[in-house]
Amino acid sequence: MTTPGADDGVSRLPGAVPERRLHPVTPLRRAWAPIAVLVGWAVHDPDQTQRQLSRLTTTTLLVALAVIVPAAALYGFLTWWFTHFSVTDTELRIRTGLLFRRTAHIRLERIQAVDVTQPLLARVAGVAKLRLDVVGADKKDELAFLGEREARALRAELLARAAGFAPETAHEVGEAPARELLRVPPRVLAVSLVLTGATWGSLLAALVVPPVLWLATESVWTVLATALPLLGAAGAASVGRFVGEYDWTVGESPDGLRIDHGLLDRSHETVPPGRAQTVRIVEPLLWRRRGWVRVELDVAGSDNSVLVPVAPREVAAAVVARVLPGVTVPETASLSRPPRRAGRCLPVWWRGYGIAVTGAVFAARHGLLRRSLALVPHAKVQSVRLTQGPWQRLWRLADVRVDTGAGRTVTARLRDAGEAAELLHGQAERSRTGRRDARPDRWMA
Amino acid sequence: MGQGAAGAAGAVARGAADGPEWTGLPPGLLRMRRMLLVVWLGLLALAAGLLPGLLVGPAWAAFALLPLAAAAWGWVLLGRNWRSWRYAERADDLLISRGVLWREETVVPYGRMQLVEVTSGPVERHFGLASVQLHTAAAATDATIPGLDPAEAERLRDRLTELGEARSAGL
Repeated sequence: MTTPGADDGVSRLPGAVPERRLHPVTPLRRAWAPIAVLVGWAVHDPDQTQRQLSRLTTTTLLVALAVIVPAAALYGFLTWWFTHFSVTDTELRIRTGLLFRRTAHIRLERIQAVDVTQPLLARVAGVAKLRLDVVGADKKDELAFLGEREARALRAELLARAAGFAPETAHEVGEAPARELLRVPPRVLAVSLVLTGATWGSLLAALVVPPVLWLATESVWTVLATALPLLGAAGAASVGRFVGEYDWTVGESPDGLRIDHGLLDRSHETVPPGRAQTVRIVEPLLWRRRGWVRVELDVAGSDNSVLVPVAPREVAAAVVARVLPGVTVPETASLSRPPRRAGRCLPVWWRGYGIAVTGAVFAARHGLLRRSLALVPHAKVQSVRLTQGPWQRLWRLADVRVDTGAGRTVTARLRDAGEAAELLHGQAERSRTGRRDARPDRWMA
Repeated sequence: MGQGAAGAAGAVARGAADGPEWTGLPPGLLRMRRMLLVVWLGLLALAAGLLPGLLVGPAWAAFALLPLAAAAWGWVLLGRNWRSWRYAERADDLLISRGVLWREETVVPYGRMQLVEVTSGPVERHFGLASVQLHTAAAATDATIPGLDPAEAERLRDRLTELGEARSAGL
């Protein structure tokens, strides 16, 4: 590279905050794309490839290389050159685009989560990707790539500013110390995956469907075309999940919850306090004997949802209590079931439903074999709806739906109609008053 | 402003709710929907009557009765559906209740409103109607009040925005 490193690439415009550039390896991150296109084409049509290759002479190859490589390099260099970012007191500004200029201003107090991820190659190169989850932000608004140390420093600075530290001291606050809450041992993770239905389902499909197709059609291409995606899915469901969720660590720090995981691709997420919209505690059938649960978390604007891949129920409850302060996970016995006549609307499965309303959360459970308990803090409820179909009306039943900001709706199904009406108005009242003792957006202020 | 008359029509007191002041929709929406129904099904009846009648035989023109029956049924349904729509502005939240067979009642606290929208299409404008739509941070929140008088829609928008600002809570 002809330019100095990112740390030195600070250019001071008159009357503006200093702007920074991304790490100089950034242009290389899409270097694999043309190769992937070529390989894809070769796999797709092997005969044609053979013929084309035999026609290629050394001269044409050299000419093509002489054109394509500098063009790609120039494009990569220019996109990198024209991407700047800066941190002001209230915003992260990203300025990018070669032909179409694009400027994104991301408000720091609206940050829902900060992720620092390191794909395998980025780990080798010592760089990391930094992404801010903000409601309504694009995938484009990630900073890829930054130097590893710089990414951590920037995350600490962004969180400090978002927390409300004074701008002058935000630099020096540094990374808040984290206290480990939970670490998932690899053995437990492996056993939990073995005890998951989805793993076996995808493996079974990958092993059974191709031979059946072979017997039916005897065409190699049909079998390959179905076997490859099925094998891919089976791999993603078993090995992929193990690799992705390896060494899952949940920590607690003043600037939020830290989630670190991954064997090859490491990822470090930080969820600031008070950002969880819903928390779900999922208990697959085969985990029940061991008392294990999986905890999922919904944060507005974030697509990652796992908080704890597997943990004993008490440990998971302790983590949930950290995410939603002042919340105790309601016991299974304390959930109130729908009335017996709900069986007329939904035979057998009605037994799986249940709700509980505590001082801090609205909790609804569903599922008979794979139980899932969803918790919504009252302060996070956006709207409440009561719905009733004709058959439900006949049996004086109704559903109550609670909408949250992460695009998730928690439903209390098949409640008694009178109780549901009470629940509707009571929940609206609770969600309104629940706001009063909620933390401010700037949690340190 | 048809609010008073419609309010009387829509304000069928309900036992369970402790007396929120329900407001119904003005009759303009019903008129518009019924006219659209009559126009479209009338055209369909014409086509269903004329085509078989001319091509096969006069007796086959009886097909025209199907759309006419549908129109009569739809006339009644639209009326029932229109009567079921109502809303109430309470001190801290907005209630919207609708539906005959599939009933739905929505409560949106004012503090959660992100955006209040007044929309009006060409047909609606011709009938002097406008819809008010409320958006919260949850995409599932489906709070729309259709067929309002434009003045009432604007009053509602301004009032909701004002209340929303006063109680703003966001995510």
